[in-house]
Amino acid sequence: MSLLNIVLFLPLVGFLLLIFTPKGNDQLPRMLALGISLLVFVISLGLIGPFMGSTIPEGYQFITDSPWINSPPIRYHVGLDGLSLWLVLLTTLLTPIAVLVSWKSIGHRVKEFFAFLILLEFGLIGVFVSLDLFLFYVFWEVGLVPMYFLIGIWGHDRRIYAAVKFFLYTMAGSVLMLAGIIYLYNRAGTFDYVQILGQLQSGRLVLSSQAEMLLFSAFFLAFAIKVPLFPLHTWLPDAHVEAPTAGSIMLASVMLKMGTYGLVRYSVPLFPNAAHKAAPFIIGLAVIGIVYGALVALVQPNMKKLVAYSSVSHLGFVVLGVFSFTQQGLDGAVYQMLNHGISTGALFMLVGFLYERRHSLEISAYGGVATPAPNLAIVFLITTLASVGLPMLNNFVGEYLVLQGASQVNFTATVFAAVGVILSACYMLWLYQRTFYGKASESLSHHMPDLSAREWAVSLPLLLLMFWMGIYTQTFMPPISAQNARILQQYQQQQNRPQLAVTPDRNFSASEVANAR
Amino acid sequence: MPANAFPTGAEYLRFLPEIILTLAGVVIMLLEAIFTNDEQRKIFGPLSIVALLAALLASISAAGDPGAAFSNMLIIDGFASFFRALVIGIGIIAILSSTGYLRQERMLGGEYHALVLFSIMGQCVMVSANELIMIFIGLEISSIASYILAGYLRDDPRNNESALKYFLLGSFATAFLLYGVAWIYGLTGSTNLDQIRGALQTSAAPLVMAGAAAAFMFVGFGFKISAAPFQIWAPDVYQGAPAPVSGFLSVGPKAAAFAILLRVFMTAFGPIADRWEPMVWGCALATMIVGNFAALQQSNIKRMLAYSSIAHAGYVLVAVTAHSETGSAAAMFYLAAYAFTNLGAFAVVTYFARKGEKYVAIDDFAGLSQRQPAMAAMLTIFLLSLIGVPLTAGFFGKFYIFKAALDANLTWLTVLGLLNSAVAAYYYLRLLVVMYFKDPGDSVENLEPAGLSLQIAVYASALGTLLLGIFPGWVLDIASKSALK
Repeated sequence: MSLLNIVLFLPLVGFLLLIFTPKGNDQLPRMLALGISLLVFVISLGLIGPFMGSTIPEGYQFITDSPWINSPPIRYHVGLDGLSLWLVLLTTLLTPIAVLVSWKSIGHRVKEFFAFLILLEFGLIGVFVSLDLFLFYVFWEVGLVPMYFLIGIWGHDRRIYAAVKFFLYTMAGSVLMLAGIIYLYNRAGTFDYVQILGQLQSGRLVLSSQAEMLLFSAFFLAFAIKVPLFPLHTWLPDAHVEAPTAGSIMLASVMLKMGTYGLVRYSVPLFPNAAHKAAPFIIGLAVIGIVYGALVALVQPNMKKLVAYSSVSHLGFVVLGVFSFTQQGLDGAVYQMLNHGISTGALFMLVGFLYERRHSLEISAYGGVATPAPNLAIVFLITTLASVGLPMLNNFVGEYLVLQGASQVNFTATVFAAVGVILSACYMLWLYQRTFYGKASESLSHHMPDLSAREWAVSLPLLLLMFWMGIYTQTFMPPISAQNARILQQYQQQQNRPQLAVTPDRNFSASEVANAR
Repeated sequence: MPANAFPTGAEYLRFLPEIILTLAGVVIMLLEAIFTNDEQRKIFGPLSIVALLAALLASISAAGDPGAAFSNMLIIDGFASFFRALVIGIGIIAILSSTGYLRQERMLGGEYHALVLFSIMGQCVMVSANELIMIFIGLEISSIASYILAGYLRDDPRNNESALKYFLLGSFATAFLLYGVAWIYGLTGSTNLDQIRGALQTSAAPLVMAGAAAAFMFVGFGFKISAAPFQIWAPDVYQGAPAPVSGFLSVGPKAAAFAILLRVFMTAFGPIADRWEPMVWGCALATMIVGNFAALQQSNIKRMLAYSSIAHAGYVLVAVTAHSETGSAAAMFYLAAYAFTNLGAFAVVTYFARKGEKYVAIDDFAGLSQRQPAMAAMLTIFLLSLIGVPLTAGFFGKFYIFKAALDANLTWLTVLGLLNSAVAAYYYLRLLVVMYFKDPGDSVENLEPAGLSLQIAVYASALGTLLLGIFPGWVLDIASKSALK
């Protein structure tokens, strides 16, 4: 039993344990959820091992490949590479944090809450480690259900609307991806990602340019909704604002990464020609998203909505980096996924702390918080600066690399994206100013205790990572770069391979392809 | 008269499930005259289940010795065995979920159980018929029993309306079926499916008229499977009929009707597939759209499930349109998956509706998750399966159907069908919203825990739904082996 299987299935075991804990005792499910999520995190640290040597291993580590369903052949095929490694760790790190954040704020139906949170972890890890398209789709959908309940039961006033909208948007996008997956299966005879990729590279499977474009679109739509890319982002502010703090953290930090991960893992390597053709269009949308998200964030009176729109803006950078098809752009994009996970997760957490104290998300309800709660103010400031992209903190690295990569292919887009960086400083610092500076009102100082020990405990790891990832990139970057270099190499090979202009819809044998050349 | 006028012992063995069911039904009706009080009548439920289990065993053992029976009128192949086992299994769950209901309505009669057994017996004949006349006989046995079941609570006006509508429209549709049979007989000189196929292959018969005959017969089948535009009856009948009967009607007769639709159209009308394929294509699409979009509007849960069952018939019609071996296997798997899911959902509705079916509005389910979390969790599993979320049976059902459709190059139908299933998510989610996100109201006060037999029905259905969702290979392998070529 490889380590990865333990990390994947331990949350499922935890979910079952939580369901069957006796009713009436609220402390037991909390302890159980914390224990299991911490255990998963500790075990998941062991996954880093193979990637830390002086040479990054080729291919996937911790592979398990066993049949699940015989006909059609669907395999339980999981593995880890430089791209998925850190995303899995991000998930396992943030789950215990989300558990601790919800320790006091979730007061009713406690058992169910933690059960769904742990089930969500199972689905999210599954998405990042699946190497079988079918398995990937299963996990992709499985994650939807717990998040739907987290928003719908423990959310704020308009939670039902937000939960249903979240579910339907994602569902609508993913059904077409399912059609795409089945089509690929019918052509390749397998759902196995590695095999399909191999067939495409060796020329055993040739997609006509029209089929490739349709497949790319089907996958892209599912991913773009999840990212979310402008103009498919409208579910996100609703979901974030209405979700409980832990839901927002998991949604922003990990769930949105499912979309960007899908772009890097599937869209680019499987459909390189279509990706290349669509790139200018997608870069356009990404840049619009960066600027639009920032502008809308600027005028939000609601803190959570502000952070939600800042996510739209930040994830535009990720998409921009991916579709620049440069080493720096891709490295920056993947790094930015992690950065966004850390810093936006921290922001939602801190907004949650404020909400627990004052029971309002309106910025106007605050002001002068720094006086009664200086520690909270400092932590919030560091997180704000990280989110803005101050050098020495994590986001700077990712944004810089993305801009550098993008500038090599599309300078105009880069200029507009850079404007987004400036705007992010505007809305974040303005938020900080209005919330923490000024004179604290009597009622506010009264209800604004400083950080508790539990809150310090969840803040410190995130602060540490912001500095670590900003100063010593070398810990994290080599596995990511190595994997991105492989993706780019495959991408360029595909680009160079002459495409058959009018390709009949059938598989070619190797000799036929050789003759065609 | 053919030489083998006297059937052999093997042929009787192949027909044993039907014989058991008929005898059991007759015995129960006789016993009813002797048992006059409810205490004694409690025996009917267990008795029916024993009979059904015996029939199940008989049909499984008959699967080991496939072949024709009674001068080729019946054919017990893998396909027939699969569906016989399925409808008998449906019968077991239906009886389990109705015992408590009948007692609470003070209608614990033998005829209910006998009618269910007769209906299942008719369905068994349908699925193993190799002959248009036998199909008609099976269909009538099943239908007439179903008409009476729909109006079983004879003092309730809703039941009367339901039964009358079902009967009138059903007879009308059956007339179309018979008319089609008559045409085919006139064209080919036979009612045997293989011989019809042979005649159509040699194009001895005028193909336009054969196409028209296929269309007539499709009207008859389309009514039974509630395909648009022949679906009008379904919501009214399901709403009016007793809840456990609605659950039974939505899966039992439907599965059997799909079985004969597949058999007739793939065997007899196989040679003229290019004529009926566009018709079924359009019908599949219309059925999905009508079912899903009408279900969006419903406030009564039985009506909502009725429209949902129309939509699901549309998905199965997609598999029929593919008219391939994988399509046939996909339809078989789907019908099995849908049977577990929908029987379970209706069992929870039966439980929740209580005496006189007072609580059947969707809003009545508010707060169910807080009063009876286990039942709410089970209903959640069924709803997720109806939506088609992975790790439930419904997901794999849809997956296999749309895979078969893509295999058969039905790209547009696949895309439209998948989009339909995204629309469908909305109305199932609404029930989840009410159960989990709304505060408990009056309707969940005094909600007693479910009786034992209903609990068995619900948990067995949920187990089936999850097992088919996690290990679909078990059923799919059987379906693939016994699919029509």
